[in-house]
Amino acid sequence: MSYVPHTDSDVSEMLARIGVSDLQELFTAVPAAVRFPAIDLAAPRSELDVMQELKALAAQNAALDSTPSFLGAGAYHHWVPSVVNHVLLRSEFYTAYTPYQPEISQGTLQAIFEYQTMICDLTAMEVSNASHYDGATAMAEAVIMSLSAGRGRRNRVVLSGSVHPEYRQTVHTYTQGMDVVFVGEDRPGATAKELGALVDDSTACLILQSPDFFGRIVDLRGLAEAAHAHKALLVVASNPIALGMLKPAGEMGADIVLGDGQPLGNSLSFGGPHLGFFATRQELVRRMAGRLVGETVDADGKRGYVLTLSTREQHIRRDKATSNICTNQGLNALAAAVYLATLGKQGLRQVAELCYHRAHYAAAAIDALDAYHVDQSAPFFHEFVVSCPRPASEINAALWDRHGIIGGYALGSAYPGMERQMLICVTEMNSRAQIDGLVSALQEVAK
Amino acid sequence: MSEPIIYELGAAGRRGAALPALDVPTAALPDEESLRNELPLPEVSEVDVMRHYVRLSQLNYGVDIGMYPLGSCTMKYNPKMNEDAARLAGFSHVHPYQPAETVQGSLALMYGLQEALKAISGFCGVSLQPAAGAHGEFTGILMIRAYHLARGDAHRDIVLIPDSAHGTNPATTSMAGLTMVELKSDGRGNVDLDDLKAHLSNRTAGMMLTNPNTLGLFDEHVLEISELVHQAGGLMYGDGANLNAIMGIAKPAELGFDVMHYNLHKTFSTPHGGGGPGSGPVGASEALVDFVPGPVAVRADAEGPYSLVMPSQSIGRVKAFYGHFGVIVRAYAYICMLGAEGLRQASEIAVLNANYLQSILKEVLPLPYDRTCMHEFVLRGQIEGAPDVHALDISKRLIDYGVHPPTNYFPLIVPEALMIEPTETESKRSLDHFAQAMVGIVQEARTAPELLHEAPHHAPIRRLDEVRAARQLVLRWQPNAQD
Repeated sequence: MSYVPHTDSDVSEMLARIGVSDLQELFTAVPAAVRFPAIDLAAPRSELDVMQELKALAAQNAALDSTPSFLGAGAYHHWVPSVVNHVLLRSEFYTAYTPYQPEISQGTLQAIFEYQTMICDLTAMEVSNASHYDGATAMAEAVIMSLSAGRGRRNRVVLSGSVHPEYRQTVHTYTQGMDVVFVGEDRPGATAKELGALVDDSTACLILQSPDFFGRIVDLRGLAEAAHAHKALLVVASNPIALGMLKPAGEMGADIVLGDGQPLGNSLSFGGPHLGFFATRQELVRRMAGRLVGETVDADGKRGYVLTLSTREQHIRRDKATSNICTNQGLNALAAAVYLATLGKQGLRQVAELCYHRAHYAAAAIDALDAYHVDQSAPFFHEFVVSCPRPASEINAALWDRHGIIGGYALGSAYPGMERQMLICVTEMNSRAQIDGLVSALQEVAK
Repeated sequence: MSEPIIYELGAAGRRGAALPALDVPTAALPDEESLRNELPLPEVSEVDVMRHYVRLSQLNYGVDIGMYPLGSCTMKYNPKMNEDAARLAGFSHVHPYQPAETVQGSLALMYGLQEALKAISGFCGVSLQPAAGAHGEFTGILMIRAYHLARGDAHRDIVLIPDSAHGTNPATTSMAGLTMVELKSDGRGNVDLDDLKAHLSNRTAGMMLTNPNTLGLFDEHVLEISELVHQAGGLMYGDGANLNAIMGIAKPAELGFDVMHYNLHKTFSTPHGGGGPGSGPVGASEALVDFVPGPVAVRADAEGPYSLVMPSQSIGRVKAFYGHFGVIVRAYAYICMLGAEGLRQASEIAVLNANYLQSILKEVLPLPYDRTCMHEFVLRGQIEGAPDVHALDISKRLIDYGVHPPTNYFPLIVPEALMIEPTETESKRSLDHFAQAMVGIVQEARTAPELLHEAPHHAPIRRLDEVRAARQLVLRWQPNAQD
């Protein structure tokens, strides 16, 4: 199947107009020695054939719409109202590009402006950009922004070890050419207060996650003061569903609040595409990377929207830009906005509460099993750490093989020494019956 | 009447979704200090939501409405089957941390796309992790940096970048802690070889080259450039933004590139989504293959299961998880559909379409580099007899003819640039419509220039005050800010 509409006579007429005799003559600038190589790929196929192959591949996966799962750890299975997908399928949205021509892009621009507003409301921050690639890259951009806010004179970053391991790895990859010193990661058990005490006058920022990677709600009180006393920024990664009931870091004095927006109306999709939300304070807006939409008026004074502050961006500042990002996760941000609009003030809180109460029900039931122990030393949202009677990877294998349940995240893969610990996540997708099923299966696989 | 902001449509207590009732005992809430009071989100019905977004969509222009010749962006048709494929439950409802035996379909598909991208480009290895073109570019430069460091060549800190390059190239270099040096273009739009030779040294980390370049021209000296850079100890970065011109025409690895990013959202037809998500995998030559970000999909033997591994000298991960899998599904479907033959045809017709338009339009607007172009070409939007008319005016007037404008004011080396990329999915009829519109606008510029200055006349909104937007900075809606 090809999507080229030309007939043979179209091609002949066009070649004649150009003044060449055949298509090959258009490529004489390519060195003859390397021109027209063979590509080792299969022959063209029909839509029917290709779709059958893809369906067969999809059928080899265990899909979570029909398989009980207790995985979270940075990607979450939530209910998505049908209206979200129907909006995403409007091809005026998905077949458009970055809104460079605002007169014919008001749909995209207003949708982003509304998204920015909702992220500000959710995080209690003053400004939000149009989104980053995901939560991990949003955190890397927060580090770069903090270094920039420190005017290059601060090269130390206090990074909590209970921040998502893949976020921390991404931060390290991004900054490998930047001469940054990281402290704090070696002790994932460190309290927020202990981390705050590591901030000094060479520190660009203090980074925490709440709820953290282990699901614990972190007490953020006093941290902004600890960071600001040394003119460092406080950066907090949050789960957006948790913000339906928990106090946002913006109310606790954070300078940057970010996170992965996937739980807001975006499917898991094996880890991507998701989106990274990123919000900050008004006075830092010019140091923030990423696309931004602003309100203005047209020549008749009518309200409208444009991309703004592009003087921060790579196509203007070139090598002086602090980031090379030149897109956002447009369609994912649209999904998040439609989700937040549909769930609204009451719905988001209700989703958060369902997650919270079901997770606590599950935690209590698992903790009641003799062979398991749930760490309840700190308050948690919808994820909690379970100590297992044998390696969590073995428990997971048995849960899948014998009960068809996908268990929690085996913490040993990211935290050596925690091989017997499992991070269990419960959302509104896990019914009470599913939770009860997990509890009895855990008991059965304990031996 | 403009569309209200969604918050303005709401009313206290209105709801758009019902959730299941709580079926477990309520647990004690965390202390009051941890709980939020206000949650100022919209309060609208599902009908409000659907109508609001449908009305917003109607203010947009997309490829499904008409031609979108935005140079450098490859706005080709997005096959509908790919949307269905990515939404199959077996792809969309799969968690990235599921056990490998429960995601063999996903891993097989990733492996299949890695192999296909290798076949198209001639590279030894591919990582699908980068999230977008600029992200892939950053990845590639970090790989080059890591390669030199691994060899003890810490002094190699300079990246050579032609003056026709995308703005991302210099920004990427800075992010990687390296320094850029700009190279001049010659009179035919190629890299100036003398300028290149003058700037090569034992500090050269590499060179970033887009080929075909942003003028839409294939650099005739590419093999010589690669050889010179390699002789100086540097590596070649290929900006794959323009790969749509050369599938089956030339393999980037055979042109001497060591690493290149692919834009799945350009070349391989995945939708641009109003600015994303894209996907920017990187391909690597033998020198760099162990440095790609991971994890990547591998298979021990032709029958064995697939798994994910981190390459031995990897620069690390550049994002969480494995890449934009949903985009990867669409690109894989597209490549399966076209096969080797269809990919070459796509490039040939993309180049045919661009040359056809160039042959017509160079008669009405200046063409600074008059050569056979590749998939795009750059005109100067200056009209004899209409000195006050700018490229921007021409673009805005095109909107009135129902066509999306070309890219304006890029590349920087062409004043008043209009960069036109029709892509292979536009028919001759649609190209003729565009050409007629351009010819008509050039005439209007001379006889009624105000038509251009005040354009667009037939868009949902007139020209917007961008200066005001930047000065007054209203970046969010506030209930009390309305007049």
